Amino acid sequence: MVFEKVLKIIGEQLGLDDMSAVTAETSLMNDLEADSLDAVEIIMAIEDEFGVEIPDDEAEKFKNIGDIVKYVEAKQ
Amino acid sequence: MKRRVVVTGLGCITPIGTGLNTFWEALLSGKSGIDYITRFDTTDYPTKIAAEVKDFVPENYIDKKEAKKMDRFTQLAVAASQMAVEDAELKLKDIDSERFGVILGSGIGGIETLEDQHSKLMEKGAKRVSPFFIPMMISNLGAGYVSIALGAKGPNTTVVTACASSTNAIGEAFKVIQRGDADLMITGGMEASITPLSIAGFCSMKAMSTHNEEPQKASRPFDSNRDGFVMGEGSGILLLEDMEHAIKRGAKIYAEIVGYGMSADAHHITAPSPDGEGAARSMVNALRDAGITYEDIDYINAHGTSTPYNDKFETLAIKSVFKEHAYELAVSSTKSMTGHLLGAAGSIEAIACIMAIREGKLPPTINLENPDPELDLDYVPNKYKEKVVDYALSNSLGFGGHNATIVFKKFK
Repeated sequence: MVFEKVLKIIGEQLGLDDMSAVTAETSLMNDLEADSLDAVEIIMAIEDEFGVEIPDDEAEKFKNIGDIVKYVEAKQ
Repeated sequence: MKRRVVVTGLGCITPIGTGLNTFWEALLSGKSGIDYITRFDTTDYPTKIAAEVKDFVPENYIDKKEAKKMDRFTQLAVAASQMAVEDAELKLKDIDSERFGVILGSGIGGIETLEDQHSKLMEKGAKRVSPFFIPMMISNLGAGYVSIALGAKGPNTTVVTACASSTNAIGEAFKVIQRGDADLMITGGMEASITPLSIAGFCSMKAMSTHNEEPQKASRPFDSNRDGFVMGEGSGILLLEDMEHAIKRGAKIYAEIVGYGMSADAHHITAPSPDGEGAARSMVNALRDAGITYEDIDYINAHGTSTPYNDKFETLAIKSVFKEHAYELAVSSTKSMTGHLLGAAGSIEAIACIMAIREGKLPPTINLENPDPELDLDYVPNKYKEKVVDYALSNSLGFGGHNATIVFKKFK
């Protein structure tokens, strides 16, 4: 559930219609061409969606989408 | 050594049509782009009408992801710039990108973004303000994004002089090429300020028409019953080129730009200087820069906002500069149809002048039903007129007392 919602948020922010190739190993910046501003906005949207706070020093540690999902699931 | 500067491409997105041909045909047919505002609820507003751009789909011109990071004013400019480049048949890979620049004008830039993000700040706090807020809002990002889209690495600035912005931008771009600092310049302007805060602000100034019962008749420059301007939105883009560069690549040439004049009223923040004294000096400066006399001008596209003061003082200014010739030339205000595009006004009015020269047709001033007795020039009332135009002049006069004038010439 969390994974699907996170994918939806990323897809909307990055204007990607086809998310079928995106997995937990996908990196926002390396694989999806998100820049640093995109990454910040995606984290903000995820914070809003799940009612969690993701401090900057935690966000910096995320290497891929899987890391984001794990962090959110742990906070819920 | 002053190089000659020509116009080789045009693109526009306006309240009366998208694309040069649609825009020009609409002007000639006297079509009004003014209607009830749809972008927000105008229940509490004294003015409920504006000239919105209808049916603009940013994704038709811009990648969806990029479009999301642009305020509407930028989307309009990027799309119109692409149209101009395509119209000019300019092959971007064949030009020196360092000698290809962008100078655009905008009165306020990303005010819609400002309002949206301010609401977010108020409702959800500082940490919810988008990281894209600043780059989306600041007025120069229109020119910034255009330079990215076109790979234009040459001179790049944004001119902000309220309603004179685009005319100043075109003049500055003209000078850049004339003095040899670039060979190609994208210029013109963009504005998308039909927003709750912006309309409210102008309403409070009592500067806008409240003729809500008949939107298409509200903008009536030079008419006795004029009661204020109607706001419009859009973007007009011109590709200016060094004449030799244009001839060498076999470009089609619309017209030549030969003069640019500026002045300041140094009088009042919003009211024009009495008797149009400031506007007159701007026109005189443009004529001198062009090396022509007042008798050479065939057509003036007036600032003509449909406010009591502007139309009266601008007419006085024209009479003082052109003397008896003021009664031989023609003056029209296309704001009667397009509304007042504020910082982008000069850009689409420049296109109107260029097409008037090219086609020998003058767009009308519509809604001229009861001409103000003091305003007795030929304003091309209600229907377009055929006339050979060798020289046309465009005025833009902005809040703060900024006056700007461009002289266009038939290319020979």
